[in-house]
Amino acid sequence: MSDTAADPRLLRAPPKRGLRLSWADERFRAIIWQVLIVGVVAGVIWWLVGNTRHNLEVRRIATGFGFLTREAGLPIAESLVPYTPASTYARALLVGVLNTLKVAVIGVVLATVLGTLIGIARLSKNWLLSRIAATYIEVIRDLPLLLQLLFWYTLMQTLPGPRQAMHPVEGVFLSNRGLRLPWIQWEDAHSFALLGMVVGIIAAVVYGRSARAKQMQDGQPRKIWPAAVGLIVGLPLVIWAAWGAPFQGDIPALRGFNFQGGMSISPEYFALLAGLVTYTAGFIAEIVRAGIQAVPGGQWEASEALGLQRGKIMRLVVLPQALRVIIPPMTSQYLNLTKNSSLAVAIGYQDIVSIANTTLNQTGQAIEGIAIIMGVYLTISLSISLFMNWYNSRIALVER
Amino acid sequence: MKPTRLATLRATTIRALGAVALVTAAAMPALAQQAAPASGADTLGAIRARGALICGVNTGLAGFAQPNSQGAWQGFDVDYCRAVAVAIFNDPTKVRYVPLTAQNRFTALQSGEVDMAARNTTVTLSRDTSLGFDFPAINFYDGQGFMVKASLGVKSAKELNGATICVQPGTTTEQNLTDWARANSIQFTPVVIERVEEVVGAYAAGRCDAYTTDVSGLAATRSAQPNPADHVILPEVISKEPLGPFVRQGDPRFADIVRWTHNALLTAEELNITTANVDQAVAGDARPEAQRLLGKNGGLGQMLGLDNAWAANIVKKIGNYGEIFERNLAPIGIQRGPNAQWTNGGLQFSPPFR
Repeated sequence: MSDTAADPRLLRAPPKRGLRLSWADERFRAIIWQVLIVGVVAGVIWWLVGNTRHNLEVRRIATGFGFLTREAGLPIAESLVPYTPASTYARALLVGVLNTLKVAVIGVVLATVLGTLIGIARLSKNWLLSRIAATYIEVIRDLPLLLQLLFWYTLMQTLPGPRQAMHPVEGVFLSNRGLRLPWIQWEDAHSFALLGMVVGIIAAVVYGRSARAKQMQDGQPRKIWPAAVGLIVGLPLVIWAAWGAPFQGDIPALRGFNFQGGMSISPEYFALLAGLVTYTAGFIAEIVRAGIQAVPGGQWEASEALGLQRGKIMRLVVLPQALRVIIPPMTSQYLNLTKNSSLAVAIGYQDIVSIANTTLNQTGQAIEGIAIIMGVYLTISLSISLFMNWYNSRIALVER
Repeated sequence: MKPTRLATLRATTIRALGAVALVTAAAMPALAQQAAPASGADTLGAIRARGALICGVNTGLAGFAQPNSQGAWQGFDVDYCRAVAVAIFNDPTKVRYVPLTAQNRFTALQSGEVDMAARNTTVTLSRDTSLGFDFPAINFYDGQGFMVKASLGVKSAKELNGATICVQPGTTTEQNLTDWARANSIQFTPVVIERVEEVVGAYAAGRCDAYTTDVSGLAATRSAQPNPADHVILPEVISKEPLGPFVRQGDPRFADIVRWTHNALLTAEELNITTANVDQAVAGDARPEAQRLLGKNGGLGQMLGLDNAWAANIVKKIGNYGEIFERNLAPIGIQRGPNAQWTNGGLQFSPPFR
């Protein structure tokens, strides 16, 4: 500070630059432009909202979300929660959301497994295997998804009718009405056993962590699996036995037009799931391949020089580094799969889009219906993004 | 010095932004009012300026609306589009057809994508009111039924307990089906597919035991199957389905044109004026109502904002109601039934041309 003060030119305070209301003032211009842009954006939104409201009013089209509590009267084929046509529109939409989640969650898991297998197969030294994987990826990625869904659905429809159903094993029926599997009569004991399994999984994870922490201290590797099996499998079995081990099979049988009893997978659900999984797996395979190839060969060689086994090299050295490359594009694929599930409309699977479309058609409230669809997809997609970003930051390179 | 200056700048910016936002907000209501179209929208003027009527039709239903092998649309509903085009332009080709599914037909008309829709649509109270439409005419009295494969051996809809039933979403059919099933304690599994071709495909492939829609639609679908005799339409009719063309609410002038186009078709049939004899009728039919209908007398066309020869043109280029029916619906096996003239015990009844 002292040497700047020594310079007489700097002793004078810089001229106080007030904001001049002149086009020559750079700051004034900047403010005007910003205000203009904000004003235009706000104006356009204002105009759109006003125009819509005015037009809806003029045409006497009903507005508001009051229809949600009215009786829907829609038939819905598959539902995870109790639903009858006497239920409300809100209930019908909830069924749609759950149906979307049912296909998205299972689709994401299956696509990840299938995609990873194909990605690794493509890197295989076995010429035939890697060629097959490459062909799969190229064919699947180059065909429009809608076409693939229609292909799967048509394929399902070429199956024989229920009276001539394929019957490979006792209690299993495959027909154009879907797949029927034997299931058990669900009782309280099963619910408690399931709860016991969840507790067991959590306990196993906690145990694994403490074993790992001990290993970090004394370097002794500990076997985790016996305790884990005991907790995850043994605990539910004990609970089930304690409740009297009820087991009553629910075997599907042909009665009248269709099979009754057992568990069923509808052709619509299967076609949608198969289409989404095989399509997304093609992309995931390439992501996995890119991730593995992104880890330099030197890492393998260095790990081998340390005497690590191949499995451990993959698990401890290569995969953690590959995952950093894999996770961000994988998030996009998960989002794609979820959003692509809206193509369900074409093959008659009643997801949120299908049910909201019907709702807005019956009530005429298109804006509200579309807003609901957008809200649902935004919520699901943001949840996936948040989770994947959290996971990404967890496995990110920690620089010391 | 620097931080202070930045702070000042920020404060000034915020103040200026606030001021402008306020001014904009104050000015906006006026703007919004101006920009919204006036309540009495002029559909007729828009059609004239465009030089064509944009008419929403079914994506493909034999007898009602279907493109032929040359790609030209034809059918009962299509003839209504053409009749309105003749009323306005004296030219049945001045129509642009927009195929609409059951799901998107309402938003297409609400949003102004089409001027009118003639798409075998049931008149209901909620569609007339909360959806914002007007149904000027009922051109086909229908009811909902079921079709099953003959091989199933089903003789009555009451036997359908446990069946899988194919239905199009967003239709009155869908709601009638659930109402009827509840009333008769019948359990069924729905298969809900939007496009009519695909829902019929699913039925034909055996995905469903039964297909339900309006009886006219069943007849049309049955006639289009490779072997119609393999399919049976069950005797029960579970609802009443008055079908008609519809327009946006708030333009009574255009609604009048659609209404009286339908009435002109009916009156022409009632007076035995056909495509073949309309020229003679114009030249020498002495009946007073025929003279008013054909524009020789009374100036009724001008009252609608059309040429006085509008109805004569419609009959000459399209035919009367009976001719439209014979041409499109008789070949697929639909009888006149309730759609006969009131003079023959049917429900089709035109108010007088006076």
